[in-house]
Amino acid sequence: MADDQLSRVFAALADPTRRDMVARLAVGDATVGELAEPYDVSIQAVSKHIKVLTDAGLVSQRRDAQRRPCHLEAEVFDLMTKWLERYRRQAQERYERLDAVLADMRDDEQPPHNQHPQQGAAS
Amino acid sequence: MNATSNRHQVSIEADPNLPIIRMTRDFNATPAQLMRAHTDPELFARWVGPNGMDTKILDWDATTGGRWRYVAGRDGEEYGFHGCFHEVGEDRIVQTFTYDGQPEGVALETLRFEDLGDGRTRLHAQSLVDSFEGRDQWLASGMETGVEEGYAKLDALLAEL
Repeated sequence: MADDQLSRVFAALADPTRRDMVARLAVGDATVGELAEPYDVSIQAVSKHIKVLTDAGLVSQRRDAQRRPCHLEAEVFDLMTKWLERYRRQAQERYERLDAVLADMRDDEQPPHNQHPQQGAAS
Repeated sequence: MNATSNRHQVSIEADPNLPIIRMTRDFNATPAQLMRAHTDPELFARWVGPNGMDTKILDWDATTGGRWRYVAGRDGEEYGFHGCFHEVGEDRIVQTFTYDGQPEGVALETLRFEDLGDGRTRLHAQSLVDSFEGRDQWLASGMETGVEEGYAKLDALLAEL
């Protein structure tokens, strides 16, 4: 997935109404009219939100006669959760390296009985 | 080393209303040891960079009002980072963080070392991001928490993929 598409996905999901719509579509396909129901907004405003989600590749609309239900593209979420998991995994790796450094520090640390307790390794 | 038996996991939490991410992670070390591993440049360079990259510290003054700069490199590729130490206290560090490749972006990071006793410490790391992109990333990661019903369903859907 290209970085700019990822940015579009994140930008699309930055809006709470759009996140709601995505959550709704996770349950099943829905038309713009059905998506508009719970909100105090016009069909037009909902259409705009759907366009942002469509441009980001999160939602597609089938050409199903007049109904044109919106469909959540789960694959895009798969990529996004992978990205998020990668972020968490990087933090995990970093802290496992820190574990090793801390373990070395404990091995080195004879209780310092001199008056320079913080003799750093670098000076 | 006891790395396998004590592999504590990072937990990540995104605030749904603010561009903030919080991470917590336990360590088998005292707060003082963790503080040293964060402020001693030689120790810091040993763990901060991604796996397979060398971290070179270019500037380092881990005191209140000080600054830092380092580059992480591999095969001629280099990624630079810099920031200021706003506060280096007894059990917390407040600092700014900027990636050189995106110099207009700055995150405010607060690290707190919570003493759990028995030589164990919980690290609380909070990053406040200022860029739209960063904010959106945090918001999107809020979905991971699955707090709301719809998001829980979304998680279930993803699990089936």
